[in-house]
Amino acid sequence: MELNNSKIKIKAKNLNVYYGKKQALFDINLDINQKEVTALIGPSGCGKSTFIRCINRMNDVIDICKVEGSVEIDGAEINEKNVDVVTLREKVGMVFQKPNPFPKSIYDNIAYGPIIHGAAENKDQMDNIVETSLKKAALWDEVKDRLNEPGTSLSGGQQQRLCIARALSVNPEVILMDEPCSALDPIATAKIEELIDDLKKSYTIVIVTHSMAQAVRVSQKTGFFHLGKIIEVDSTDKIFKNPANKMTQDYITGRFG
Amino acid sequence: MNSLIAGVILILCLSSYFFGRSEARKLVTQNIKLKALPAYYGYYLSLWCGLPALIIFGCWSLFEPTIIKVLILNNFPQIESKDLFYEQTLSFFNGNFSGEITNEIKAASIKYSSINIIAQNSKIVIIAAALIGSLTFAYRKIQNNNKARDDVEIILKVLLFTSSLVAILTTVGIIVSLLFESLKFFSTINIFEFIFGTSWSPQRAFVRDASAITPEELLELQDAFGSVPLFAGTAFIALIAMCVAVPIGLFSGIYLAEYASTKVRKYSKPIIEILAGIPTVVYGFFAALTVGPFFRTLGESLGLTVSSESALAAGLIMGVMIIPYISSLSDDVINSVPQSLREGSYAVGATKSETIKKVVIPAALPGIIGSILLAVSRAIGETMIVVMAAGLAANLTINPLESTTTITTQIVMILVGDQEFDSPKTQAAFALGLTLFIATLILNYIALRVVKKYREKYD
Repeated sequence: MELNNSKIKIKAKNLNVYYGKKQALFDINLDINQKEVTALIGPSGCGKSTFIRCINRMNDVIDICKVEGSVEIDGAEINEKNVDVVTLREKVGMVFQKPNPFPKSIYDNIAYGPIIHGAAENKDQMDNIVETSLKKAALWDEVKDRLNEPGTSLSGGQQQRLCIARALSVNPEVILMDEPCSALDPIATAKIEELIDDLKKSYTIVIVTHSMAQAVRVSQKTGFFHLGKIIEVDSTDKIFKNPANKMTQDYITGRFG
Repeated sequence: MNSLIAGVILILCLSSYFFGRSEARKLVTQNIKLKALPAYYGYYLSLWCGLPALIIFGCWSLFEPTIIKVLILNNFPQIESKDLFYEQTLSFFNGNFSGEITNEIKAASIKYSSINIIAQNSKIVIIAAALIGSLTFAYRKIQNNNKARDDVEIILKVLLFTSSLVAILTTVGIIVSLLFESLKFFSTINIFEFIFGTSWSPQRAFVRDASAITPEELLELQDAFGSVPLFAGTAFIALIAMCVAVPIGLFSGIYLAEYASTKVRKYSKPIIEILAGIPTVVYGFFAALTVGPFFRTLGESLGLTVSSESALAAGLIMGVMIIPYISSLSDDVINSVPQSLREGSYAVGATKSETIKKVVIPAALPGIIGSILLAVSRAIGETMIVVMAAGLAANLTINPLESTTTITTQIVMILVGDQEFDSPKTQAAFALGLTLFIATLILNYIALRVVKKYREKYD
């Protein structure tokens, strides 16, 4: 893996995050490469989720959360006042821990984003967007005959792929995944992992995971978080075979966490 | 006498708790392993001490007067108006009788006094026996180290069950009495005339016994009880109220749930809920004395004829009264929409208002509709405001500036003052009450079903 040759898509510099008085992230510096999968691992409460929520400014919706420092996407700072959050989130999609389809039909779940951004001029274009998004999320064949059924009627794994399709519907460049498989069974997990592998050809993916096996399977680069600090970042291969830090070694061998 | 008995029972209950507990502790000191904590043995003894005695005491007090009455009247088979005679005897016995004193009354009074003494004495004896018997029984049980915990659980369960039974039976009783009085009404007045008739003038029904009404009068009365104007008036005022309450309540609910900071929410929610705590009679005179005349002056300056008692004033104030029901309930249902749905919407780049409009409100809609339906049934059943502000004339009108009347107002008007209980006019109140009850029952049922369906979706 030639890490140095990859183009950097997201660059976090001296990032500090506070929830009220409690500091959740300490001085995070992390580069995320374009069109590959970066996995963030670490024990619960270590700040992985907080970090990826900084990339699409999702922390804005939490009143007591304060973000300091810099996050650049394609060299442009996103933490500035005049940055349009709507455009940012159009570019940086997100998939959550628990599948959260809207209580609408499968079709409307996908069409939601494009309608908001006025992406389709007519019904045909919208049909097209829905179909492509569902195909990209490998869900089309399973739902093409039941697009008008509620999204909540799908199985857990299908719901999560629906949420991925929803994220893809607005043509993002980056997809953030916050433990996307933690609520799913092994077969559904395998399908999502396969999908992630496929998606990395066109998207930059950051995935938070509790499963080290998953990090090994899907990612090219891994960052290990502990107590709000980045302990070690390197190629996934290196982290899991020959970590530089003792703490990383202890964590991946299951001695704590 | 009775309060003395009750007092003794209660004191015994209390002391037997401590006695039972200390007895149980004694067992512990003898190295016997108890099957429950000592306090349970206290409760056990206390319940056994109190309950049988109290039950006997209650039943006795309930049936004693009837039994004594029967016993005395059996001695005077020749008396014609037995109830009156018995009343006279009692008041003579109590020393406040002012009529002509007959020999029978004197005799009955002597009889009453002797029976009464026997009754009092036997009551005390029986209750004392019950107390001693049940206490001994329970004390033996404690000595045998019984499962006091399980027994106390069973006794408490029975107690709780009895309480709920009382509530249920009361409801059933009310419904049955409504039903029977209404049936009497419908036996004089045609039910279709009542439901579909458009003229309401119950004052034409003379205050007199239903059985004494001549066929000609009855024929004439048939069209005096058309309830359509009342239902129309009720629905109309409720509609005006909802026009005020739904938008304001819903919007303030949305503001509180989605936009207000924790601090604002903490103070403004209770303030809005104070509206629900204002007695409706206060709203009533506010509507009648302030809002009604205000509309009248306003209307006059615009060249409109506004009655000083108008549907508009009543509906408006009723709407204000209902705002907290809607805002508070919709705030709750909006809050219970999972945060993950909002985040899912923000994540594709939706703004806050887009998220609320397209995701949060649709998700909360069943709950919101439920809250609105509950508010409607509250509006329909509301009495004080309409009595004071809407007027009494049963006009069939859709002009909000005219006075109109509602079901509840008419029930009040019918039952205020002295009324012959058997006249069709009085019975009409029951018929109105029954229809109102059925209407609100249906609304509440639908509302609860809708809310329940909504709950299941996220749990």
